[in-house]
Amino acid sequence: MNITVTINGTRHTHQVEPRLLLIHYLREVLGLTGPHIGCETSLCGACTVAVDGKAVKSCTMFAVQCDGREVLTIEGLASNGNLDPIQLAFWEEHGLQCGFCTPGMIMTTKQLLERNPSPSETEIRHGLDGNLCRCTGYQHIVNAVKAAAAKMGA
Amino acid sequence: MATTVARPETLVGKRIKRKEDPRLITGTATYVDDIQMPGMHHASILRSPHAAAILKSINIRPALETAGVVAVFTGADVKDVGPVPCGASLPGLRVPHHHILAQDRVYFAGHPVAVVVSTDRYIARDAADRIEVEYDVKAAVADPEKALEKGAPAVHPQWPDNIAFTFHQENGEVDKVFAEAAVVVKQRITSQRLIPCAMETRGVVADYKTGEKALTIYSSTQIPHLMRSLVAGMLGMPEHKLRVVAPEVGGGFGSKLNVYAEEALMGFVSMRIGKPVKWIESRREGFLATIHGRGHADYFEIAAGKDGTILGLTLKLIQDLGAYHQLLTPAIPTLSVLMMPGLYRFKNIRADIVGVFTNCTPTDAYRGAGRPEATHGIERMVDMLAAEMKMDPAEIRLKNFIRPEEFPYATATGLSYDSGEYDKPLKKALDLVNYGRLREDQKRARAEGRLMGIGLSTYGEICAFGPSPATPAGGWESATVRVEPSGKVTVHTGASPHGQGEETTFAQIAADEMGVDLDDVIVLHGDTAIVQYGIGTFGSRATAVGGTALYFALQDLKVKIKKYGAMLLDSSDVSYSAGRCICNKTGKSVTLAEISGASYRAMRLPPNTEPGLMATHFWEPPNFTFPFGAHIVVTEIDKETGAVEIKRYVAVDDCGKIINPLIVAGQVHGGVVQGIGQALYENAVYDDNGQLLTGEFMDYAIPKASMLPRIEEDHTETPSPVNPLGVKGVGEAGTIGCSPAVVNSVVDALSPLGVKHLDMPLSPEKIWRVLTGGKA
Amino acid sequence: MIPQNFEYATPNSLAEAFKLLGESNAKALAGGMSLIPLMKLRLAAPDKLIDLRNVPGLNSIREEGGMLRIGALVTHYELESSPLVRSRCPLLAEAASQIGDIQVRNMGTIGGSVAHADPAADYPASLHALEAQVKLAKAGGERTLAIGSFLQDTFTTALDAGELVVEISVPVEAAGTGVSYQKCVQPASGFAIVGVAARIRKSGGRIALARVGVTGLSGKPFRAANVERLLEGAAGSAGDISKAAAVVADGVDANNDLHASADYRKHLARVYTARALAAAARKAG
Repeated sequence: MNITVTINGTRHTHQVEPRLLLIHYLREVLGLTGPHIGCETSLCGACTVAVDGKAVKSCTMFAVQCDGREVLTIEGLASNGNLDPIQLAFWEEHGLQCGFCTPGMIMTTKQLLERNPSPSETEIRHGLDGNLCRCTGYQHIVNAVKAAAAKMGA
Repeated sequence: MATTVARPETLVGKRIKRKEDPRLITGTATYVDDIQMPGMHHASILRSPHAAAILKSINIRPALETAGVVAVFTGADVKDVGPVPCGASLPGLRVPHHHILAQDRVYFAGHPVAVVVSTDRYIARDAADRIEVEYDVKAAVADPEKALEKGAPAVHPQWPDNIAFTFHQENGEVDKVFAEAAVVVKQRITSQRLIPCAMETRGVVADYKTGEKALTIYSSTQIPHLMRSLVAGMLGMPEHKLRVVAPEVGGGFGSKLNVYAEEALMGFVSMRIGKPVKWIESRREGFLATIHGRGHADYFEIAAGKDGTILGLTLKLIQDLGAYHQLLTPAIPTLSVLMMPGLYRFKNIRADIVGVFTNCTPTDAYRGAGRPEATHGIERMVDMLAAEMKMDPAEIRLKNFIRPEEFPYATATGLSYDSGEYDKPLKKALDLVNYGRLREDQKRARAEGRLMGIGLSTYGEICAFGPSPATPAGGWESATVRVEPSGKVTVHTGASPHGQGEETTFAQIAADEMGVDLDDVIVLHGDTAIVQYGIGTFGSRATAVGGTALYFALQDLKVKIKKYGAMLLDSSDVSYSAGRCICNKTGKSVTLAEISGASYRAMRLPPNTEPGLMATHFWEPPNFTFPFGAHIVVTEIDKETGAVEIKRYVAVDDCGKIINPLIVAGQVHGGVVQGIGQALYENAVYDDNGQLLTGEFMDYAIPKASMLPRIEEDHTETPSPVNPLGVKGVGEAGTIGCSPAVVNSVVDALSPLGVKHLDMPLSPEKIWRVLTGGKA
Repeated sequence: MIPQNFEYATPNSLAEAFKLLGESNAKALAGGMSLIPLMKLRLAAPDKLIDLRNVPGLNSIREEGGMLRIGALVTHYELESSPLVRSRCPLLAEAASQIGDIQVRNMGTIGGSVAHADPAADYPASLHALEAQVKLAKAGGERTLAIGSFLQDTFTTALDAGELVVEISVPVEAAGTGVSYQKCVQPASGFAIVGVAARIRKSGGRIALARVGVTGLSGKPFRAANVERLLEGAAGSAGDISKAAAVVADGVDANNDLHASADYRKHLARVYTARALAAAARKAG
């Protein structure tokens, strides 16, 4: 079926199979390979993108469900070559190692900070319950979220 | 001549943010699944649902008839490919022939049976469901100790005892010291099966060019060069016709320190269809098809004199190997034996390993690989000994440590520990937690009826693998440094980092030695067409061995730079520093860019000197390195539910000289959390039929952020004499030091109830059963 | 990772949805947080997926006649963050906030969750404690069932073929009622090993109303009337609470799995019942 989706500010129209997962639509049809696939049970969060401003796991949504909606991926976060404060904070605080979970972590952090601009450590850690990382032990990620909150609040 | 301001300080030792991050935080890095090629096909692998079965028939016709399916291959097609290699050799080792697709029998749930190739990823998956396989299901065995029992099902029918090998090592007068000991403590200690769970599953893209008869394999691997040599052999193709690329790799932890059936299988498929083909492991598939770790049942006995001096240790180690040997499977438990003395002086040891086949996914190197098991064992035994002798666990350790003046120290297992001041991290950690007051707090907590525990571990590791005679495929590492005509520096490292940050730390080393800015250096890796032969990243080796190779390549290059500098300055007495070659007599200087430009234009050449500025160094380490440290964990147990809460985690690690404290901290945190995962949460559970019950993230609990404490991390820095950088390695330290500290803490908390030992994972239910006196 | 193929439809009215659902092996799609993972693992393979997102009237929260009427497509996040729900039915907001994670709560819906009837889901504990009503509709008309009649067993509800959950109703909480949802989290999945919801209202120093709902313990979430009976009329002391909590698992055929044996689950149910009751009693003042 035909879908029209606005992705990172650009409208796209494609003919897709109903079963095409949003993550595969983004990665394979549009070449937006920033969101990753780390599991198939909607637990790891590596595929997190924003649909109409809400963080969702794009592996647990069909592309057809996004017809008429707006999708923001990690690729759309920086504007005019300027990194988003969350991206900068992850860099400065060493909030990543292999980087595979990072696009999802950053997109979830964005939602977390939109809803709670100065979260406590506990709120940050629970806020990341839907994003698994096997490298960092999360401590530098938590630091990055705090640093981003401070930057954005400043 | 241009003047530049010399950098005031070195970059090595500084907290520098990583050079690799911009591509990762913007989603523009290229992992294997991000690779798209014209004409690319997709493969889906059908795997056995049974742990043991005879393959009676396979009907591929319904799959082949699916629109969009290009080919289906089964075991018969690939019987001459392979076998999947085992790089470890032990006397008398039984090595089952490991075909890349099952032939007439399957040996574990997840055993690959057939591969479907389609132009479309979704269709390949659909068609795999249409293959009809008739299995004659046989009895399976999943527990290594049950596999050793008489009458157990034979994993490989030709070896009914299920024993792949036995291994014995002994030193000193074990029987004598045990006979004379004042105290002997015995304990069975397990290190459960774990699943590595790198966030990126494995994946392979194979691209065969029929014109050139050349194959390129992109694989999420830690060892591109070794993989090339071995897969070329499996496919029977000349090695130089195979290029292996490790693109961005999303974590490995040892699980990608391997050569897998799928790497050769995709090469085979691409050669057969003449098109590129991609296979990406699904997570569920990964739980079955990628190696697992640990899988020990260890029987320890420790002997001590009446003053608490440890006299000797014996170990009977039962290693669950799984159904096959992967690259290093049988070698992993031998590392446990090497490190069984820990940081202690005793010289009497006896170890016996029994390597056991089970109808399970093969085990192999998972972060720490053999050393966490050893450290868990010795550190638990020392704690049990302290409890038995009513000694403080810190005191018994301080008493038995190898002394600083005894290095290099020849251990009971034949190693030579390089350097150490083992009391320093322990004392620092004790200070950080204010140990004396903490024990007072504990007394008060106990008086209030609370279950508070204090646990410590002092660990040592064998790292920087390693001297070549002690490693299966060469233990050196290589580096090439190229100064481009403009003076910019390109480093090629044979180590193949995948998250450890060597693009940054190696640039720090090169920038310091060349006297250039960090941005003037790039580090390339992971492509056999670009980088000279190398070994890879594993065993906490990349910086200690690969960084050292780089250091020596830089020294080689500086000699050449000075020759050009001397020529350009018309001087016989020059030195090189801060990016300039300086005439020591006149003070005149030329920049690296000027020298480099002159070397490539080659209008004049210094005597006996080639044009260009490039040096390659293959460095063979004279020894391993032996990092060490002390971890202290404070826990409190919920008396109602049995849940463990880690109240404090202090890690003081000594990884030798620190190149980048930010990266070292990240390695420690990540390592500790994998240790906490093992201590509290993770467990690969098989049922008696060999079905993996924890086969996805719904049931296998890797730690989430909310399940973890903040880690207080500190260091001592004892340089290693093994390499000029003084570095030892830190990738596995956190994992190795962690699990015994957590378990010691929980056992300490429960010690008023008479608890002496608990096996991991310390699930709330397990502790609740202890709290109810085993009555529940 | 890759589901089997299906047809997809986005009906614009309930009537149209009923018609589509009447066809063979059609499945309604709300948030998809339970259904889509099952489809990816090929444990579910509907021929038709009827996405309800364009059906009007299913995503509102209204207060009406002393009840909160919650449309089936209201998401967990909307429940967790709605000022109306937080003030008029705080228990449901508290339960919603403990489901899964941010991303799941953004997509998952209350109607989808109850229709899926996962025995470890969070909502049923609160819905039992609230004596919630579930409104079902199909081409022939509507009916309303008590939550206990609607949830029949593991992954089994009273839904007929072609029938949809359209609304969940819970009573507006009376002033002075203390509520709490306490959950023992399965560390891998984030689901409840056991979850207990409690409501306590006091009058004249006595417990006038006690409601307890339990999820995760058995194949079917339930209201623990035996616990409630022991509490109503009591002062609500710590002793009263522990005595009442002690009976929560009596006669229950408890689940037994990798994450908790049946007897440990029963024990946890008693512990978490006591905790939920204590927290609710504290808030009831």
